[in-house]
Formats: sequence, C-alpha cells, structure tokens
Amino acid sequence: MYRKNDNGQAMDPAEVTPCGAARPSSEPVLEMSFEVGHYDFAAAGEAASKIKQVLRKLGMAPDVVRRAAVAAYEAEMNLVIHSVGGSILLHVDTEKVTLVSCDEGPGMPDISLAMKEGYSTAPDEIREMGFGAGMGLPNMKRCSDSFSIESEVGRGTTVTASIRIA
Amino acid sequence: MTVQEIADILGLRCVAGGKSLEREVSSGYVSDLLSDVMGNARDSGIWVTSQVHQNVVAVALLLDLAAVVIAGGLEMNDDALAKAKAEGVPVLSTKMSAFEAVGRLYELGVRGDV
Ligand SMILES: Nc1ncnc2c1ncn2[C@@H]1O[C@H](COP(=O)(O)OP(=O)(O)O)[C@@H](O)[C@H]1O
Ligand SMILES: [Mg+2]
Repeated sequence: MYRKNDNGQAMDPAEVTPCGAARPSSEPVLEMSFEVGHYDFAAAGEAASKIKQVLRKLGMAPDVVRRAAVAAYEAEMNLVIHSVGGSILLHVDTEKVTLVSCDEGPGMPDISLAMKEGYSTAPDEIREMGFGAGMGLPNMKRCSDSFSIESEVGRGTTVTASIRIA
Repeated sequence: MTVQEIADILGLRCVAGGKSLEREVSSGYVSDLLSDVMGNARDSGIWVTSQVHQNVVAVALLLDLAAVVIAGGLEMNDDALAKAKAEGVPVLSTKMSAFEAVGRLYELGVRGDV
C-alpha cells in the first residue's frame, strides 16, 4: 500500500481526508490528497493535472485517465468557485479509481437542482471567465460509473465519483 | 493534418508551444465555456476560443488537446502564455473571428463530430 499527500510526504491515514465517513473502505493501492483553495484561480487545475499524471504512471487505460481527469477538474473548480476551500482524495484500489471531494461549506440547499444541466450560482465575473455553465456536476456524473453527493447547508459537501478500471 | 500545416495554411501565429506542432489534429471544438469543452472536446482536438486566461491551458492539458486557437485578435494573458510555454501547449493566435476560424478549419477537413 502506498499513501502520500501531494507533497509526497507520508501521511497518517486519519489525516487523509476530513470527511472520514465518505472515505472508501477498501484497501488502497494508492491514496493521495490534494488541498484546493477558495478562489485560487492561478493554481486551479493543478490537482486534476497531478491526478492525471499519477493514473497515467500507474498504467491506467487512456479512457479511465481521461474520465478521471475530467471529474477531478470539475470537482476542483467547484471547490475553487463554490466552497470555502477543501480537498480532493484520490483512492485507487484493484477495481476502481475513486475521487472524493470534500469541503466545509457552504453546502448545497438543493442537490437535485445543483445537478440540473445549466443550473449555476456562479457570479458574473466568474461566468465571464467561462466558468458557471452549470455543466460541472453533470460532466462528473457522466464520467463516473458511480456518483453521489452528500451536502448539508452550513456543514459542507462531499462528492464521490468512482470509475471502474477495465 | 498537423497543427503546423493548419497554422501555415490559415496564417495562424504561434505564440506558445512551438515545439509541439507536429501533432495530428483529430477534430475541432469551439466554445468559451470551460465545462462545455471539458465534457465534449476530443483528445488531440483543436479548440477555438476567445478565453485568454490560465485555465484555458489547464483544460487543454487535461484533455490532451493538439492546439488552442485564440480568435478575434485577442492576446492571451501573460501568466497563461508562460504556462502554455512551460507545458508545451501550442497556442495559435488569429485576427479572424471564431466563426471565420472554425469555417476555415472545416474547409480543411477538420470535423466536430468524429
Ligand atoms: N462544493 C460545492 N459547495 C457548494 N455548492 C456547490 C459545490 N459544487 C457545486 N455547487 C453548486 O452546484 C451548482 C452547479 O455546479 P456545476 O454543475 O459544477 O456548475 P457550475 O460550477 O458551472 O456552477 C453550482 O453553481 C453551485 O451552486
Ligand atoms: Mg462547476
């Protein structure tokens, strides 16, 4: 088993993600965590890019790498734009690649509305940059074999996306 | 057709990633919405846009696009250019509008639905 954070340092498993409940219980082949800062547009895309590199190095099929990269990017941008900041956990086991995005706020008042294609609460200045199309969560779902959102206003949001390997 | 051939024929100016122009272009996509591109552009595609910030480069890298075309005579932001150069992502600039650029690409045989 191989666990590290994005700085490559060994981590205490308990520290891997603050959302312990949503953490995949299977024994990981690899597990890494990436911090994502609120409104950090300069670094936006870096977590997804590292996740893509790691999966490529593991020899994953190109289609799995692509779907994971898209899902990771959308999760990362949602943390940047909509949350107070959070983290993405990459958990790879022998059957699937799982991404767990979690944050501590503000949470979603209505998950099915958030999932609707075209629905976005992104402010105008963000839309001008080409974000806020309301396609991020639907993109993530399409790229995943299993997908779920747990959210509570005032507590935070956990989005879990899994992609089967082969 | 390669990125280089397309740039030569259409007179597109290469502003970054000049060492990676030999890639074959598989398809084309045009959009200024990043999630739209994320969800729909293909591997090795050429992407026409009028977005000029860093996240354009991030999207191109994640999708393994062959090139980005900045239409409408817009200049890419300096930090975005620096990132494109560092990562070797070809960025081509043109005074043509996005409509014109896409039409010319289509004329060359580049297709959206492949
Ligand atoms: N981590 C999050 N925390 C709170 N709200 C979120 C989060 N992620 C998404 N949302 C809400 O769901 C909506 C739809 O998200 P998405 O489909 O990615 O579209 P977009 O990011 O373009 O708005 C967002 O506009 C926002 O209101
Ligand atoms: Mg989004």
